[in-house]
Amino acid sequence: MSMVAVSELQEMYEHMVAARHYEERLQEEYLEGKQPAFDISAGPIPGELHLAAGHEASGAGVCQHLRDDDTVTAPHRPHHVAIAKGVDLERMTAEIFGRETGLSKGKGGHMHLFDPDVNFACSGIIAEGCPPAVGAGLAAKKRNTDSVAVAFLGEGAIDQGAFLESLNLASVQNLPVVFVIEDNDWAISMPKDRVTDVENGAQRAEGFDLPGTRVDSDDAVAVYDAAGEAIGRARDRNGPSLLEVQVHRRMGHFMGDAEGYRSDEDQEAAAQRDSIDRLAGTLRAHDVGGEALEELRERARNRVEGAIEWAKDQPEPDPESAYEDVFSTPPSGVTETAPSAADSGGEDR
Amino acid sequence: MTEGETDGGTDRSLTMSRAMVEAIAHEMRESNDVFYMGEDIADYGGIFDSTEGLLDEFGHDRVMDVPISETAYIGAAVGAAQAGMRPIAELMFVDFFGVGMDQIYNQMAKNTYMSGGAVSVPMVLTAAVGGTYNDAAQHSQTLYGTFAHLPGMKVVVPSTAYDAKGLMHNAIRDDDPVVYLFHKRLMGIGWLPAPDGPKTNVPEDEYTIPFGRADIKRDGADVTVVTLGLHVHRALEAAESLADDGIDVEIVDLRTLVPLDTETIRDSVSKTGRLVVVDEDYRSYGVTSEVIASVAEDGLADLDAVERVALPDVPIPYARPLEDEVIPDTDDITTAVHSVLSDE
Repeated sequence: MSMVAVSELQEMYEHMVAARHYEERLQEEYLEGKQPAFDISAGPIPGELHLAAGHEASGAGVCQHLRDDDTVTAPHRPHHVAIAKGVDLERMTAEIFGRETGLSKGKGGHMHLFDPDVNFACSGIIAEGCPPAVGAGLAAKKRNTDSVAVAFLGEGAIDQGAFLESLNLASVQNLPVVFVIEDNDWAISMPKDRVTDVENGAQRAEGFDLPGTRVDSDDAVAVYDAAGEAIGRARDRNGPSLLEVQVHRRMGHFMGDAEGYRSDEDQEAAAQRDSIDRLAGTLRAHDVGGEALEELRERARNRVEGAIEWAKDQPEPDPESAYEDVFSTPPSGVTETAPSAADSGGEDR
Repeated sequence: MTEGETDGGTDRSLTMSRAMVEAIAHEMRESNDVFYMGEDIADYGGIFDSTEGLLDEFGHDRVMDVPISETAYIGAAVGAAQAGMRPIAELMFVDFFGVGMDQIYNQMAKNTYMSGGAVSVPMVLTAAVGGTYNDAAQHSQTLYGTFAHLPGMKVVVPSTAYDAKGLMHNAIRDDDPVVYLFHKRLMGIGWLPAPDGPKTNVPEDEYTIPFGRADIKRDGADVTVVTLGLHVHRALEAAESLADDGIDVEIVDLRTLVPLDTETIRDSVSKTGRLVVVDEDYRSYGVTSEVIASVAEDGLADLDAVERVALPDVPIPYARPLEDEVIPDTDDITTAVHSVLSDE
């Protein structure tokens, strides 16, 4: 039986409702100007959009244990994790709309969100967030702090070298890193069983001598419990862990994906496995009534609406700003003063 | 349809993706040694329609969806090629090359040379390239120069359906590794509409287009524009509006970067004396500098003025005004043409 406090469940519920509402609203905004014919270049939100509806339990259950000084790296489907980690929602939304005040001044977009205030980053390349999470764990170890790093990845990423090499490096260095596989059954059009010969991705841990656990249900409380153990272990300097969480994909791989490869039954089954409803049931069992739940939902929705409204009101970036931020330091490096020619092996002129 | 090539008298027009797939299907019918590996290339048909319909005809044994393991499956293509097969391996986005780059440039590209010619690697590495739809810095590059710089790979960049088919036939039959870079904006995908140019007449019969032979997509006397891929079409559009001002632009479509057809480039420059090189890859150490250097080395006296139009040396940004700023458009080409004409 979980020892989770009701106040924590309420926070997780609010994050999850916010994350779901966020994806549903972004879907609406994204499809504006893209109907009836879908043209990826039209509408208020540029580029590709990978929405995480159905993943909420994973982000909320894991990040509930994290502090601002803990690092999280997320993949191309990052919004629910960012929300649970406490990324600035207004600036994140402005980034997704490609605005000047976005987290990356409009340079990164939805797959490349960076919020150093809460040590959050994501990457559009599969499994490539794993090595930087190992690096954050290495820094924590070298600096002798008790912060931890969490790398989120999809089940399609567990066949990548970057993931497997990271497991080994984190293990051999005994680093405070938790790897969280979000198993939504689908790597774009590929069901897991056609590309990976284990049903349980957490089994990957065995070969690297670290604990591996799979949470088989879309249950935020079960995720919270399993993540608590793994993150606690890392914080206590007992090394890395691997966690796999069953989630589900309610929308396509990206907006505009017609999912012709996926059966109607599979999509309906995914829609039935709703971790948010499930957590609402748990909260009611803890005597949190309908009115209290509605209040949490209302607050979550208002926060999302506020962020979207704010973001859409922000200016587009000045085209000339495209040339800024390639480097942090001037091209000459930290100095403009050269040593004497004699010192650098030449002749004084 | 191109000016430099005949179309065999056909009036059947195809999108670039259909033409490319037609060549692959033909080669797969001819030889069981030809097979295709990649991510989402079977049931999905390729995110950018590069394999649409192949699964129905050839089944999963020959149109193979693979794990997201670029090192493993590109390396497996190298091994299968060395064992005498003719695999085609697809990188979904060329930007993902980093994940499997050792297999590409230390194995695929070098094994023939390092074996003193004892081993050949008859494979094709296909990849989707290019921006213009706000996919940001990890999904919008062309990386033309990167692949062309590293010895041991032939590098193909079609700009029309006609070229795509003939170049693909040659790529599969070639005994060396061929990197075949197709621009997403040219494929004719419903959700990523192509400009008018790439959909051309395509003969039903097989035909091969030799590597290292550029195609004059437009004859002109005043200025030579050398370009490739999507920017062939942007240059053609610029040329049409420049023609209204009485400026006659010749457009050289490179079609392959390795080998590079320096003869056609030099012949054109010796005629016009003015050169604009247009590229969707980064400006420095890339295609533009290579083309200009090849003219400067042997035809410097012919060269009255030169300009290059390319991506500035920044990662490709996401927001529309930023991406539009850095990816060369028709106006940028027009400006460069005016510039080489005013240098006298």
